[in-house]
Amino acid sequence: MVVTPFNFTCEGESTPDHLIVTELFDLVREFEERESEALLHPTETLKSNNSYTAKLEQLKTIGRELAMGSQGGFGQSKEFLDLVKSIGEARSKSEEDRIVLHEIEMLKRRINEPDIPKRKMKEYIIRLVYIEMLGHDASFGYIHAVKMTHDDSLLLKRTGYLAVTLFLNEDHDLIILIVNTIQKDLKSDNYLVVCAALNAVCKLINEETIPAVIQQVVELLGHPKEGVRKKAVMALHSFYHRSPSSVNHLISHFRKKLCDNDPGVMGATLCPLYDLIIIDVNLYKDLVVSFVNILKQVAERRLPKSYDYHQTPAPFIQIKLLKTLAILGSGDKKSSEQMYTVIGDIMRKSDTTSNIGNAILYECICCISSIQPSPKLLETAADSIAKFLKSESHNLKYMGIDALGRLIRISPDIAEQHQLAVIDCLEDPDDTLKRKTFELLYKMTKSSNVEVIVDRMIDYMISINDSHYKTETASRCVELAEQFAPTNHWFIQTMNKVFQHAGDLVNPKVGHNLMRLIAEGFGEDDESADSQLRSSAVESYLKIVDEPKLPSAFLQVICWVLGEYGTADGKYSATYISGKLCDVAEAHSSDDIVKAYAVTALMKVYSFEKAAGRKFSLLPECQTLLEEMCASHSSDLQQRAYEFQAILDLDANAMDNIMPLDASCEDIEIDKNLSFLDSYVHKSLEEGAEPYIPENQRSGTLTVTNLGHHNPYDHPTHSLRFEAYEVPKPVVPPPTTFPTDLIPVSLPEPTYHHQPVQPTRSSAPVPEPPTSTELRLRLDGVQKKWGKPAYSSSSATSSSSTSNFDSGKTAVNGPTTQPDVRPRETKHVEVSEEKQKLAASLFGGTTSSTSRSEKKQQPVAASKRPATTAPPPPPPDLLDLGSETTGSTYSSVVDPFKQLESLLDMSQDGTTNGHNQNLVLNEKDGFNPANGSPNPGTKTATLTKGPSLKDALDKDALVRQMGVNPTSQNPNLFSDLMS
Amino acid sequence: MGIRFILMVNKQGQTRLAQYYEYLTLEERRALEGEIVRKCLARNEQQCSFVEHRNYKIVYRRYASLFFLVGVDNEENELAILEFIHLLVETMDRHFGNVCELDIMFHLEKAHFMLEEMVMNGCIVETSKANILAPIQLMDKAS
Repeated sequence: MVVTPFNFTCEGESTPDHLIVTELFDLVREFEERESEALLHPTETLKSNNSYTAKLEQLKTIGRELAMGSQGGFGQSKEFLDLVKSIGEARSKSEEDRIVLHEIEMLKRRINEPDIPKRKMKEYIIRLVYIEMLGHDASFGYIHAVKMTHDDSLLLKRTGYLAVTLFLNEDHDLIILIVNTIQKDLKSDNYLVVCAALNAVCKLINEETIPAVIQQVVELLGHPKEGVRKKAVMALHSFYHRSPSSVNHLISHFRKKLCDNDPGVMGATLCPLYDLIIIDVNLYKDLVVSFVNILKQVAERRLPKSYDYHQTPAPFIQIKLLKTLAILGSGDKKSSEQMYTVIGDIMRKSDTTSNIGNAILYECICCISSIQPSPKLLETAADSIAKFLKSESHNLKYMGIDALGRLIRISPDIAEQHQLAVIDCLEDPDDTLKRKTFELLYKMTKSSNVEVIVDRMIDYMISINDSHYKTETASRCVELAEQFAPTNHWFIQTMNKVFQHAGDLVNPKVGHNLMRLIAEGFGEDDESADSQLRSSAVESYLKIVDEPKLPSAFLQVICWVLGEYGTADGKYSATYISGKLCDVAEAHSSDDIVKAYAVTALMKVYSFEKAAGRKFSLLPECQTLLEEMCASHSSDLQQRAYEFQAILDLDANAMDNIMPLDASCEDIEIDKNLSFLDSYVHKSLEEGAEPYIPENQRSGTLTVTNLGHHNPYDHPTHSLRFEAYEVPKPVVPPPTTFPTDLIPVSLPEPTYHHQPVQPTRSSAPVPEPPTSTELRLRLDGVQKKWGKPAYSSSSATSSSSTSNFDSGKTAVNGPTTQPDVRPRETKHVEVSEEKQKLAASLFGGTTSSTSRSEKKQQPVAASKRPATTAPPPPPPDLLDLGSETTGSTYSSVVDPFKQLESLLDMSQDGTTNGHNQNLVLNEKDGFNPANGSPNPGTKTATLTKGPSLKDALDKDALVRQMGVNPTSQNPNLFSDLMS
Repeated sequence: MGIRFILMVNKQGQTRLAQYYEYLTLEERRALEGEIVRKCLARNEQQCSFVEHRNYKIVYRRYASLFFLVGVDNEENELAILEFIHLLVETMDRHFGNVCELDIMFHLEKAHFMLEEMVMNGCIVETSKANILAPIQLMDKAS
């Protein structure tokens, strides 16, 4: 039956009674198939059920009342019923949209009319809520919802508040209008009104408006009505989330409310306490006793019956308490011991046939696995897990797998008894269960089962569609492969697979790590093993390289490997390799990075051939490629192409120096003083060339004699000043020593992809401590100031990068120096393999190797930094049980201006704080390189608080931005200034 | 923290009630609801009542024609949330008497009020049906 809601007469006009009533009957009959099925007892006999007829009677009554013109007992008009019905009937989204849009039009007209009766307004507001629930904007009506909060009638007021909390968020402009109402309502005599206001407070009060209500809320903590106290606690909880500092002084209230008579208030207080405890456990260790006590009482059924749920006493409170105890007992033997008894009791008394009983059991297991272990409790936990895994219900299996994952951290052997159950879950078509089981496998990976696990994981990963989850799984595969690879060959193959299917999802660092590992070898000084590895890598890549749709990251790795090692073993001719590289570049002509890798690889192939004395000329395709690149839009490609062309004519010796074989891991040494040019310089000087004057010593004249008498206060008009004009405190100017070099500027990193190692030229500049006692700019840690770019000391950085290599090498040493590791011969080929075999391969390799690998895991995890971006937690430590992520978002808010004020206080004490001086200087040093003249700044050196300090900081930032950096390529840039 | 949102959606995917405990814009909500509802409705009876979505989980349960979906953080106890959903339905049942989808549609604000009593700031604060329904009954009497 098609009913358009719009063919009815407007409200107010009477319609024959029977018409309305029949329409309503139709309405009910329409819905009866779907929507009037009782949620809790849906049966086919519903129709014969008394409740159905009762419902029908109810609706008949509405019909009658509507026919009489008054609003129905439900308080809605026919329009509303129609709206709901037609939305329910809409067969497509566009139809629903049409209905809603029409509703919006109508409401827009009606709602702004004056003198709308209150009940009508309430209905309009609810219709607005409907509209927004269906995804359309109803902001034209927000103001009416706000107005309704002013109403005295409780129902209307509360509806107004509800609408406002649904429509608005704490940042909305209309919040200001509501704060006043809330303040009034918080003081109301009617406690229900106070409750309504507190509900709104939790959702709408933001950081700025907290002060307006916090006093009142704190008072309400002592309200006679428990409902009010409960909500006041939650209001403070919401304040804590928005602005932790605002409730710092109120923590004692939380502790007090924990002991409130009313269990509801006590239960509510557990929430903010939990959040506080997560942030700082040690402050609340004294509460362990209280929590244990409360838990005991709850478990012994000392709470009123109304808190029972399915014969379980206050289960949700129990669960919250268990969670809190888990955090308090973690790593703390004394606290943990206090908990053992109560946890044991609860576990024993739990009803394992009901969901809620199992929920409590599960929470107990989580608690047990997080506090200091007790063997008895561990046993009980293991038994419970066994029961979970054996059950038919997928939900319980899921919980069992999760609990198993947590327990493994403490007793790793427990997984073995449940091998078959775990395998079943792994192969279950239920995706959620599969995912959970993979998480478990991830936690129990060791070298003995890593191949099986990772292979399976990769297969699973290939089938995932959701990119967020795919990335996570890919990262996990990579992590496991890096940590536990039994053989190099397997490692390369695995990484290849991951790259092939998820190459663009993993962190680019993974690719670089892979390249580095191939280059460095796996730590054994076994050249033959390394070269074997490289050969196999080259082989596999040559096979894959022609496949379409390879991810860019993978292609980069392939090109790099082919370039570095393609011709190393002599199996493939340079022509062949370079042909392949050209193909890659042509096939992916839109991907600049891949082309860059390809051309650099070509360059390597060419230079290795040349250096080895073999004759090698570029294929015509390569020539064309080069020419194309020389004209490329990308300057990076152009540069590479030009460099390549430049070396085409060099001889073998030069080649060897430029592109030494297999030297990707070696440092580039830079002689800062360019001492190899010394003879040249000497010769030139003898021939009458001018000596070099460092830039900061150039003072407009070119005579050497000036060098000794540079007066800091004698500034020629065109040079840049680096010293202060005036000092706040008169200091005897020391004999004129030159201000030392400004901080060398860090060189922007050259983007040479074929060197995965950081070139030693970059990295943070080492700030030189001011050697003169002159007042000068303190530029500690400042990256860019004026002055020429310079190389930072190569020794410092090269040592740091070699130490990186060392740690990398030792880390990777771990998995490969286990003497008796044989790659598992149980090759896992078909999916339909016998479960026993799979189970054995996953869970076998028992204590001896596990204990060794456990020990190895720790240092590996510690020293090696895995190259994955695991989205939120899991830390590289495999033994992670994936427990709560700490609320790192709740860091205490620090007020920046307080910090600034403290700085100022210091200076006003009279101590010459270099930092402050810095600010002063910058205020005065209005450098204007354009006109070259220093600013005739004011001579006063007053420090004023507040804004001027801020100004100074702003100016500082601006000046840094403006810091003109004369490039070495154009020394004439400021020649006019310096002449 | 804890609970991020509570949705009631019918089998056709139409939202009957939506309560969010963290702010999302209208477009975000639409997108989220569309994604999640599709995922949950596609599952059959035997499968888990839990679905992992992005970096949180969804616990869902079907009652007749209505799906109840609760989005929770990863730390939450899924079984407990499952039972919380049941508690919610039981509470509504106590109030409306054999609650059905129609009741929720026609008394949207009452359903919201009940939820307001039970969950605040994304935490479960009240589980005693008497305490939950008392304010609402008083309010009904007063008006």
